[in-house]
Amino acid sequence: MIRYALTRLALLALGLLVASVLIFVTLRVLPGDVAQLIAGVNSTPEQIAAIRERLGLNQPITAQYLDWIGGVLRGDLGTSQITGSSVAAELAEKAQVTVPLGILALTIAVLFSVPLGVLSAMRRGRADGTALSVGAQTLAAVPVVWAGMMLVVVFAVWLGWLPAQGFPRTGWSTPWLALKALILPALTIGIVEGAMLMRFVRSATLQAVGQDFVRTAAAKGLTRNTALIRHGLPVVGLSVITVLGLQVAGIIVGAVVIEQLFNLPGIGRMLVADVSGRDLLKVQGELLVLTGFVLIVGFIVDLVHRVIDPRQREAT
Amino acid sequence: MTATPPIADVSSHRAPSRWAWLGRLWALSTGRFGIIVVLVILITAIVANFWTPFDPAQVNIPNRWAPPGWPHILGTDGSGRDILSLIMAGARTTVFVAVGAGIVATVIGITLAALGALTARWMRESVAVFVDILIAFPVLIIAMMISTVWGGSLWVVIWSVGIGFGVNVARVTRPELRRVLHSDFVLAGRASGLTAAQNLVRHLLPNVAPVFIVQLSWAMAVAVLAEAGLSYLGFGAPVTEPSWGLLLAQLQQYISVYPLSVLWPGLAITITVLGLNLLGDGLREATDPTLTRSTPRMPHVPEVVA
Repeated sequence: MIRYALTRLALLALGLLVASVLIFVTLRVLPGDVAQLIAGVNSTPEQIAAIRERLGLNQPITAQYLDWIGGVLRGDLGTSQITGSSVAAELAEKAQVTVPLGILALTIAVLFSVPLGVLSAMRRGRADGTALSVGAQTLAAVPVVWAGMMLVVVFAVWLGWLPAQGFPRTGWSTPWLALKALILPALTIGIVEGAMLMRFVRSATLQAVGQDFVRTAAAKGLTRNTALIRHGLPVVGLSVITVLGLQVAGIIVGAVVIEQLFNLPGIGRMLVADVSGRDLLKVQGELLVLTGFVLIVGFIVDLVHRVIDPRQREAT
Repeated sequence: MTATPPIADVSSHRAPSRWAWLGRLWALSTGRFGIIVVLVILITAIVANFWTPFDPAQVNIPNRWAPPGWPHILGTDGSGRDILSLIMAGARTTVFVAVGAGIVATVIGITLAALGALTARWMRESVAVFVDILIAFPVLIIAMMISTVWGGSLWVVIWSVGIGFGVNVARVTRPELRRVLHSDFVLAGRASGLTAAQNLVRHLLPNVAPVFIVQLSWAMAVAVLAEAGLSYLGFGAPVTEPSWGLLLAQLQQYISVYPLSVLWPGLAITITVLGLNLLGDGLREATDPTLTRSTPRMPHVPEVVA
């Protein structure tokens, strides 16, 4: 176990390194003159030179990379080249919207996909099982943006229960208003992510039904469904954990689009704005944080899976 | 598929037809639905090149927000453009992006898989680790990197999905390649003097093709979703280009007044993605002899791509 953890940790470190190099190289080597971009069209060569000096752009690329990564390791993600604000501070502020949104979305996805996925597997071949399966397949093909628009039409435009857009200026000091603003966005991501998870749960359950220990339990006098629930579901739960890393990546991606659609002041919207404004220094910090987060979640999921799955332990 | 050696199997004297899988695909409800959807979208895209009911770019202010009916079957948008014509023209963009992303994913996937399966040991292992790392990069993050550098365009979608899914293709194809590499016919090919490259093209690739085509079908589904999402965010199709994602973004501004107009482009995207997903599922079932109905396999769990 220790050995596995160390190997996995080394892989994580390597992953973070490769990710940071890829992000840096892509953003720094390829584009035109960053200094020109910041200075604007009506700038003098002296102004451009001053900016280049200030940002360290006339140093060799490796020095620039080391400078950046050194800052990141000290918790300094850099400052915006356009507004001069600190990236880390802004990320922390925007996380107050995105993190609750992500947790809500994941909770919704798991809460509806696990029971419905198991149900659709147990009712396989019957009308309701087929309907659930077709429904999941169809929902998984829906673009998140459109799912959000349809929910807005129903719950905001027709029923008027929830706000169509925006986040209260007062933030979490008015918890009910803030939560209300996040319900539709979280529901949108949760439903689309959950539809994919549901298909996965269904397959995992079908596989569990065929396992020897479930059949043995059934043979020893449990009904097929009791055997499945008592002995099969833990296995299903374990395989759900293995895809949670993917789910988190999916939710981050969903949040980028959904925050735009619902006009939420979160990390996704910040990223979109910075990419549009070509604020390279901010974008590279944000992308590193997001990719790093996905890699770290994958690492934790692997470790947890290793610890709680007895079959994995025996395998070593 | 290769011809069955006569001694090993006496029950079938003829080699199985090269196209037998198509029949099996059509026999599956998923496969049939997929084939029909893909054909309809392809034909729509081709027809839209020559003819649409109205000119999709034609602004007609007095006729704005016409409800669905005749002659505007799906109604008109806020500047009087015919929504059906816009959707037909948008199919061209969708097909372009899906095919482009498919080609990029193929080239990247096959290259990485071949490097990871057929080269020296240290190279194989490093490619495998590299692929494992790249897989954690969501397509949208790749798209963001590309559009920060070059600005938004349909090529952003093609490259980001192509790279993101090419890595996936490599991860699935690599073990297949390793497996086939040790089979007798590949050894026989090598013994009869084929070079590594000839062996790859003649024996290895045809045998991993089924696994690979399934992945490709899913990659195209992701490309369609990504086009919609990225165009919505403003990093995809330029405003002058007809695109389903762009149409969604434009119609969204009036969603509280004309909610139903948003329905059509969304339906077009959903049906196309569903068709490609089911085509992939069907292809997997039709081409994989080890997969029977009693042994379900895990479905692919792609990330949400907008």
